[in-house]
Parts: sequence; C-alpha cells; structure tokens
Amino acid sequence: MSGPPRELAAPPGVLAGAVAVGAALAGLPWVVDPYQTILLAYGLVMGIAALGFNLLLGYTGLLSFGHSAYFGVGAYTVALLVKYAGVTSMEAFLAAAIAASVLVTAVFGSVCVRYTRIFFGILTLALSQVLWSLAFKLYWVTGGTDGLRVPTPTLLGVTARGDKIQFLAREYYYYVLVIFAACTALMWVIVHSPFGKALQAIRDNETRAAFVGIRVWRYRWIAFLISGVFTGLAGALWAPLNGLTTPEVLYWPFSGEIVFMTVLGGFRAFAGPIVGAVVFNYLKTYAVGFTVYWQLLLGAVLVGLVLALPTGIVGTVWRLVRRARGR
Amino acid sequence: MALLVTERLVKAFGETRAVDHVDFRVEEGEVLALIGSNGAGKTTLVNLISGLLAPDAGRIVFRGVDVTHHSVPARIRAGIARSFQLVNLFDQLTALDNVAVATFSRLGRTFRPLSLAARDRAVWEEAFEVLRQFGLDGRAGAAAGGLSQGERKLLDVAVAYALRPRLLFLDEPTSGVSTREKAPIMETITAVVRAERISATIIEHDMDVVFRYSDRIVVMHEGAILADGTPDEIRRNEAVAATLLGTAPAR
Repeated sequence: MSGPPRELAAPPGVLAGAVAVGAALAGLPWVVDPYQTILLAYGLVMGIAALGFNLLLGYTGLLSFGHSAYFGVGAYTVALLVKYAGVTSMEAFLAAAIAASVLVTAVFGSVCVRYTRIFFGILTLALSQVLWSLAFKLYWVTGGTDGLRVPTPTLLGVTARGDKIQFLAREYYYYVLVIFAACTALMWVIVHSPFGKALQAIRDNETRAAFVGIRVWRYRWIAFLISGVFTGLAGALWAPLNGLTTPEVLYWPFSGEIVFMTVLGGFRAFAGPIVGAVVFNYLKTYAVGFTVYWQLLLGAVLVGLVLALPTGIVGTVWRLVRRARGR
Repeated sequence: MALLVTERLVKAFGETRAVDHVDFRVEEGEVLALIGSNGAGKTTLVNLISGLLAPDAGRIVFRGVDVTHHSVPARIRAGIARSFQLVNLFDQLTALDNVAVATFSRLGRTFRPLSLAARDRAVWEEAFEVLRQFGLDGRAGAAAGGLSQGERKLLDVAVAYALRPRLLFLDEPTSGVSTREKAPIMETITAVVRAERISATIIEHDMDVVFRYSDRIVVMHEGAILADGTPDEIRRNEAVAATLLGTAPAR
C-alpha cells in the first residue's frame, strides 16, 4: 500500500443513496393514502430519537434504558407551552424542547456518565422514572394520566387550514421530513468527525482512550447531551402528530421500545436505528390493529426477527450485499 | 538534568509496599530496561509515573516540572506516553484509525464534532507514516482486533509513539509473542525510538532482550531499586545475580 487507504475517500454511494431515499420519501405522500404517510411520519420521528440513542449505544458503548425521559421532556415542553403560554409556533416548540433537553440531559448526564455497563443502564432508567412519576403525580400541572392536548401548530408562522389529517399527511409530514434529513446529516457528520472517532475509541477501550489524552467522562457527557437533544427534538415533533402527551412517553417501556427499534435495525450500522424505528412502528401499528393480544404477537415477531437477524436488518442486508459482490 | 526523576515515591496496597521510597531517573534519549521478578513493583512504578495510579508519597518531576498530581491527559501533553502489558487497542477500529485517534488527540483536534475526520489529510498521512515506521502499513485497513499478537504489540507501541512523547514506557512489549517474533519487534521499536531520540523505558522479563537492546538497566526487588547500571555492570552485580538471575555473576 502506497498511502493512506479509503479513509480519505468519500464513502462510496452514500450521498447518492441518501438523495434517492430522500426523493422517495418526498414523493411518497403523492402515491400512498394519508394514513400511511402519517404512519411514516411517526417512523421518521422515532428514527430521530433512535439516531440520538444510538450515538450512545453504537458509538460510545453506553446502553441507556432511560431515553423516554428526553423524549418525554420534548413532548411535555410542547404540551406545557400550549397549555400555559398559549404558544402555537412549531419553531418555538422546537427551540424550547432543545433548551429543555439540554438542561435535563446536562444534569442527568453528569450523574450517569461516570458509570458504564449495567450501572449506567440502571441509573438512566431510575432517573427517567423520576420524571415519569412527576408527570404522573403532578396531575394539576400535567393532566396526570389524561395527559395534555396538543393542537395543530403553525409551521413557519403559517396557520393550518382545513382537515387535520390532510395537514399531518402533507405540511407536517414535509416539516418532519426536512428536520429528519437535517438530523440525519448532522448525526452523520458527528459520527464521522474526530469527535465521533474519539467516542468509538472510548467504546472500544476506555483505558486506552484516556492514555491517548481523551477526557473520557467529558466526551461521554457531550455524547449524552447530543443524544438527549436528538431524542427531545423527536419528542417535540411527536407531540403535535399524536395530538396528546401522556406520561406513557416517560414510562420505562417506551425506553425499551427505543432500545428495541435500534437493535432491530442494527446498532452497528449508521442507518440501522432509522430502519429499525420505521419497521418497529409499522409492526406495532399493525399488531395493535390485528389483535387485542398485540403485545404477545409483537413480542413473538420481534424475538423471531432478532434471532434470525442478529446484526439487525441493515447489518444483514450489508452482509448479503457483500456476499453477492463476492467479498 | 535528567528527563524524569522520582523522589522517594511510595505506593502501598494494604500492608504491601509495591513501590517503597523509590528514587528513579531516566536520562534524555536512553533506552532503559526496568527488570525484576514478578511483584517487584515495576508495573506499579510505571503506573504511578504515567498517572494510572496516584502515589501515597513522593514526587514525580518531568523536565523540571512536578507532575505528581497531573491528570493523565496533562502528562501526555507534557510528553509521557505508555503501552500496556496486556495490549490495549481500539479493537473495532482499523489499525490506521487507532493511530489516527492518537494523532487527532495530540493535535488537540478530537473535539471537532462538526468536521469530517476524513478531510484532515495531514492527520491521516502522519498516522500512515507511523504505521509504516512500525512495518504495519500493509495492515492499515485491518481491524485492530483481527491482527496477530505480534502486530497488536507493535500497534500498541505505535499508538503511544503517535503521541510524540519524550518518554515512552513499554510494558513487556514482547510478552505473549513467539521467540522468533521477539527480535524483529524489538529491532523495530528501538530503531524508531533511537532515530527520534525518544527516551524509552522497557519493562521486560526476557534477559536476552534486556541485555541486547538497553543502554542502562534498573533492577527492582520488593518495591525498591536493587541495582542500576550498564548491562555489563548488572551482569557482574552479585546481588542481582543472586536475587534475579539465579546464577553466579559473570566474570
């Protein structure tokens, strides 16, 4: 070899693939019914949350069981702004959700990143349950289990007119799509930056990372912060889509869903969490519609998928592609 | 003035004094071997100097600056780097990535979350040159976890070397490799450190390696320094012969 290898070259086909997927997502509302488009919007929103989650799991080696906290912070920020400040601007929702997520993740992260493995997981879980219990018990503020309604917001100062379903399937879908694309591009840059390399170094060998001069706790904390903000942003986008924010989004099974969708898609691949989120969302929706025992059906399907595809959907696809190319 | 000096350095684990009032020094540009039986305190001494452990008492002075209470990154910035007895690498990253991470860190460029690492050509070219110096350029794209034990040992040293230290501690760089691989590994390492005038302190059990490649030898026994001298002086030292080599001194 005469020089530095592929690291200096642009990843082959990544940009072309991203443009193709983006074009397909942009064209979808014109060929499928509004219900399917709204389902996809849910999937994209969860994709943003899973991308954030995977910065910790896939790139930093930290398994959080408490990401419902940051998703819930985003969703409740929107709901509380609507109820107590009369805000309807989506941009204000997003700005406030980012600020609230930064605040909460900064505090939670400063506690959690000193630990790894099961200790980290349990701490994140415990802290998320503190927020859940607050949302649950402070019902005169949060509406308790009834939750808080989130009406149709204004997008870029424009008030929606007409049917809400049409609004969610068109204007709001494209709004979500643009933010999803921006978040995906931003996360791509982060994980391929020197900072992303440092996180992967920490994931692989914390001691050695420290002995090349990386301040391990500080880098983990920053990764925690970014991860939480992505998830909080997803929560803010989810609230108007769902129309109602309840304590369920702060409860631990919701954290489990974020873990599951990431593992299902493949946490070793950049696109894995996105694919996992979209697939999980469809599976859950159709399982709920198919039977009252939907948790049982969903559980069986997911166990089967994970056993059949241990590297996740994207990891398996990549393996098959490499095999087909004879590598 | 010596590059590194420890003054009355102490580290105890319970009742056991692993390092017991040790005065140790390393001169500029020398290859020093630190030897002693298992439990003599060699690795503990290196752990204290590199910052993995905090001493109970004593001082560590590097290039005239007291670094006793400096953090590991601060010691690295000052010019102290190390490799490990049990290879410590970023196993899922490529060999080139392993060295590049160290290079990014040395240049203070790891905290750049919004720039693509691949675009920093200077870092990759420097990292590749380090791999070439250690004979690993042909394995640049291989995952570190998939390298042979000998290659992993060399990469471990290459990662430390990429920090451009003034003082490099190598903890048993040939342990776990075949006898046939030891000489090429040591030749490679000593060629690089001598060419760059880096002071290297090598912890080693293989006496052939120790006597062949070092300028000076420090012998530790039960947490203290037993002897300090040239390879010939150590060969002739009766106390060393009795406690470590298990033979009569060479005449």
